[in-house]
Amino acid sequence: MPAVRGDGMRGLSVFISDIRNCKSKESEIKRINKELANIRSKFKGDRTLDGYQKKKYVCKLLFIFLLGHDIDFGHMEAVNLLSSNKYSEKQIGYLFISVLVNTNSDLIKLIIQSIKNDLQSRNPIHLNLAMQCIANIGSKEMAEAFGYDIPKLLVSGDTMDVVKQSAALCLLRLFRTSQECIPSGEWTSRIIHLLNDQHMGVVTAATSLIDALVKKNPEEYKGCISLAVSRLSRIVTASYTDLQDYTYYFVPAPWLSVKLLRLLQNYSPPDDPGVRGRLNECLETILNKAQEAPKSKKVQHSNAKNAVLFEAISLIIHNDSEPNLLVRACNQLGQFLSNRETNLRYLALESMCLLATSEFSHEAVKKHQEVVILSMKMEKDVSVRQQAVDLLYAMCDKTNAEEIVQEMLNYLETADYSIREEMVLKVAILAEKYATDYTWYVDVILNLIRIAGDYVSEEVWYRVIQIVINRDDVQGYAAKTVFEALQAPACHENMVKVGGYILGEFGNLIAGDQRSSPLVQFQLLHSKYHLCSPMTRALLLSTYVKFVNLFPEIKHNIQEVFKQHSNLRSADAELQQRASEYLQLSVIASTDVLATVLEEMPAFPERESSILAVLKKKKPGRVPENEIREGRSPHPATSNHTDAVSHAKPSAVSANASADLLGLSTPPSSQPAVPSNTGMLVDVLGDMYGGQPGQAQQNSFAPAQSYNPKKFVCKNNGVLFENDLVQIGVKSEFRQNLGRIALFHGNKTPFALQNYETTISSPGDLASKLVIQVKPMEPVLEAGAQKLQVLNGECVEDYTDAPTMNISFIYNNVPQKISIKLPLTINKFFEPTEMNGESFFARWKNLGGEKQRAQKIFKATPPMDLAAARTKVMGFGMQLLDGIDPNPDNFVCAGIIHARAAQIGCLLRLEPNKQAQMYRLTVRSSKETVSQEICELLADQF
Amino acid sequence: MQFMLLFSRQGKLRLQKWYVAHPDKLKKKITRELITTILARKPKMCSFLEWKDVKIVYKRYASLYFCCAIEQDANELLTLEIIHRYVELLDKYFGSVCELDIIFNFEKAYFILDELLLGGEIQETSKKNVLKAIAAQDLLQEVSYGDTPVEL
Repeated sequence: MPAVRGDGMRGLSVFISDIRNCKSKESEIKRINKELANIRSKFKGDRTLDGYQKKKYVCKLLFIFLLGHDIDFGHMEAVNLLSSNKYSEKQIGYLFISVLVNTNSDLIKLIIQSIKNDLQSRNPIHLNLAMQCIANIGSKEMAEAFGYDIPKLLVSGDTMDVVKQSAALCLLRLFRTSQECIPSGEWTSRIIHLLNDQHMGVVTAATSLIDALVKKNPEEYKGCISLAVSRLSRIVTASYTDLQDYTYYFVPAPWLSVKLLRLLQNYSPPDDPGVRGRLNECLETILNKAQEAPKSKKVQHSNAKNAVLFEAISLIIHNDSEPNLLVRACNQLGQFLSNRETNLRYLALESMCLLATSEFSHEAVKKHQEVVILSMKMEKDVSVRQQAVDLLYAMCDKTNAEEIVQEMLNYLETADYSIREEMVLKVAILAEKYATDYTWYVDVILNLIRIAGDYVSEEVWYRVIQIVINRDDVQGYAAKTVFEALQAPACHENMVKVGGYILGEFGNLIAGDQRSSPLVQFQLLHSKYHLCSPMTRALLLSTYVKFVNLFPEIKHNIQEVFKQHSNLRSADAELQQRASEYLQLSVIASTDVLATVLEEMPAFPERESSILAVLKKKKPGRVPENEIREGRSPHPATSNHTDAVSHAKPSAVSANASADLLGLSTPPSSQPAVPSNTGMLVDVLGDMYGGQPGQAQQNSFAPAQSYNPKKFVCKNNGVLFENDLVQIGVKSEFRQNLGRIALFHGNKTPFALQNYETTISSPGDLASKLVIQVKPMEPVLEAGAQKLQVLNGECVEDYTDAPTMNISFIYNNVPQKISIKLPLTINKFFEPTEMNGESFFARWKNLGGEKQRAQKIFKATPPMDLAAARTKVMGFGMQLLDGIDPNPDNFVCAGIIHARAAQIGCLLRLEPNKQAQMYRLTVRSSKETVSQEICELLADQF
Repeated sequence: MQFMLLFSRQGKLRLQKWYVAHPDKLKKKITRELITTILARKPKMCSFLEWKDVKIVYKRYASLYFCCAIEQDANELLTLEIIHRYVELLDKYFGSVCELDIIFNFEKAYFILDELLLGGEIQETSKKNVLKAIAAQDLLQEVSYGDTPVEL
């Protein structure tokens, strides 16, 4: 047992030793339970414990908790310690609370009181302890309780430096919890001027705070730019002896430098030419220093120095206005690419990705292509190889595309499994984007399937088909190439899919060659049939029926196959049906009809590649780039934050594109694709509640009213409507296809309401789909009275919209009318359904038809709040299935709508895109109208 | 910074500090997964990795791994140096620190960390100043405790 320092608690040390000596998990648990029992009895015992003992036991509990065991007592004793006049007891109390008290604890009031007392202390050590606790817990209550005191401490003239440091960071934490505690007005300039503080520690802490405040309100804090630049300038020109203890391994104030450089990345380059010039000097000095001989061989020296350098390069890239600096940055990073340190190579590759997207430095980055390719192949660490792949992707343009794509394909054969799928997407995107000759494109994609077939997602092979269909110059080549590829003895199922589809459309283009005559083509494809999944088989059956049209001479052979599969030999119902329908079609239809039905697919509408959307989704943290930005002119720009806006757009567009493309996800049928107009349908349905609140407002007399029926889509109870005269509350319950809605009509006035009457109106044929029974109200609603009215509803079949209740009465001789949408939307009849990932995705795929899906992509009301979204989704009535979607942010739900006539299974997926602040909502059910309505209802909630 | 974890080569967690609020269950899950991921990495590998939506920066000192999760735009190299500064502080305080010091004096390890980082941001980068603050705390304790009461 090592020596224990200062206030050592021997009992604690003995206990820790005991635990360490335990030979097995069981004996450890036994020892812990014994200790817990002991502590519990001590805490409950009659003898009052002194502070030391309390401290010791609390500390033991803390240790037990940190070992990973649950602790459900001792909180009160810890809170008692907070008010101890012995510092070490107080400190242990605070530590326990910081680690173990969750934010909604009942004790929070007591804790806040103790903190308040310590904040009054003149001893900076006590003050700091209190602020550390505030920052550690950082809850809303803390923000409310201390949002006033902390800013005062921060800017007050007589606060000690150490206290200011804590206050700045404590305030930052509270600000992150609750944006309301942001000091503004006169505080702003005082906070900004902390950048001029004498004490480096204060400036460092304050810079972190200012960075957060600037993000919220860039205009108000604009004054910090020039102060930050001059502070930075003083640091970079300082010799390392100037800053004494703030010099870290010969690097002057690296933490503060990095923070200042970060702070400046919130703004566009400074408008003031003087400030701008000084900033550029700083950046140049930092780049120059990188070329100087190191002042120490220690890795700490180079890390700190390079940390500043990388942050400076980030700022240079962010400003994107000084071609000279950008190119210098690029050269510097180029040197790092062959550095001994893996960390530096990793970071250099990462930064270069950004440089590659600037018009000023794109060419300079391309000079390093060979080294980057080597990195991709030779690096020992997969995360570094991944960065190299990202960089190659970013630096690819039409001059080097063939080479880069070829290198990536070569590498793919031996690439790590973890990065293959993403690489496949990247290769597919680059090949499409930079193809001048589409035969090259076709070759690349077929190679992809050959090399990494398992990693080729549906989007990739859909896309090659779309492109081949749209470009008649490549169709013959594509047919010939797939035909050859299919001759390999073992070819990937994805190859069969592409081959089947393309030959079905364009097999005739190569049929003249005896080696690929119609019969040979057919036999080749059919030799793969038995090895394929039902989905691919379905596709092949469609190919065969297309052959019937293309090659009447082999009609007989094909009909034989249809016959075989139209009976029980085909276990899959879809295949059976397909085979028998195709068989009938080929038998009954005349050549003309056949030719019309089985005509070549029309061209697909031009759209952005859906593969890009998939790639973006895979990397939610950072959007992969292969676009060259237009740099800022070296002259001052006027607008800030343009980047943020321009970023949001492309991803929204691409998300749309992928939505359209899913039309292909059912096995391709031979029907010509109808251009999808779901987008318009969605618009027509519009916001079903859009006009309603306005209507109610018109009819009602009182101006002050609260009425938001949307809220009740995701909840069952609450105040549905309220104005100066009445309040109408609702409480509802649903079971299967039945619902019971209790309405509470309350009269808020001191007078009776006369002729009180309610009627229900249902738009269209809603009344037959949702049957409502309602008891009439008594005609008088007494002053201050509340009356209950019960409605019973039965869902007969699925419906849209919701019924309206019209309430009329006479108040003070003036007739009043109110219309309220009842909270009886179709989702109320959901029964949540639990299922595992496998069955979810199986059902999801089954419901992939054009008529089964509904999708909406929409902007989140900022800021996107996933916790709130979760609550809404849970209130919506379906089962929220956690852990199914590979992306933990996505919500996946399943439920069954109960109607008397039918039960309709329904699946839903809501994908938030934090970067773009957009949601994509997809609903699939066996009924189109249901999908649409569910989609509308939920989308409207965000 | 979102959190810092210290764990041994055997995968035993020695210290955890969370700067974002997560339920205990999630914390345990994250800890478990990260320890496995990092222990599986080879010595010469990069100290940074992309993990879920954060960046992980880690470094091994003797038998202990120090691991920080930072935001996407935070500076990786400087995070390594935060770790180093923390190790230096522990070393100065305990006198060539070893894993056992941290096990037996875990509360001290927390107090030192709280002086270095507050709410996940660097509070004081000067080694001298942090040590001064810790010494002042220790002094307060000595003052309030004349005699250590006898253990029962």
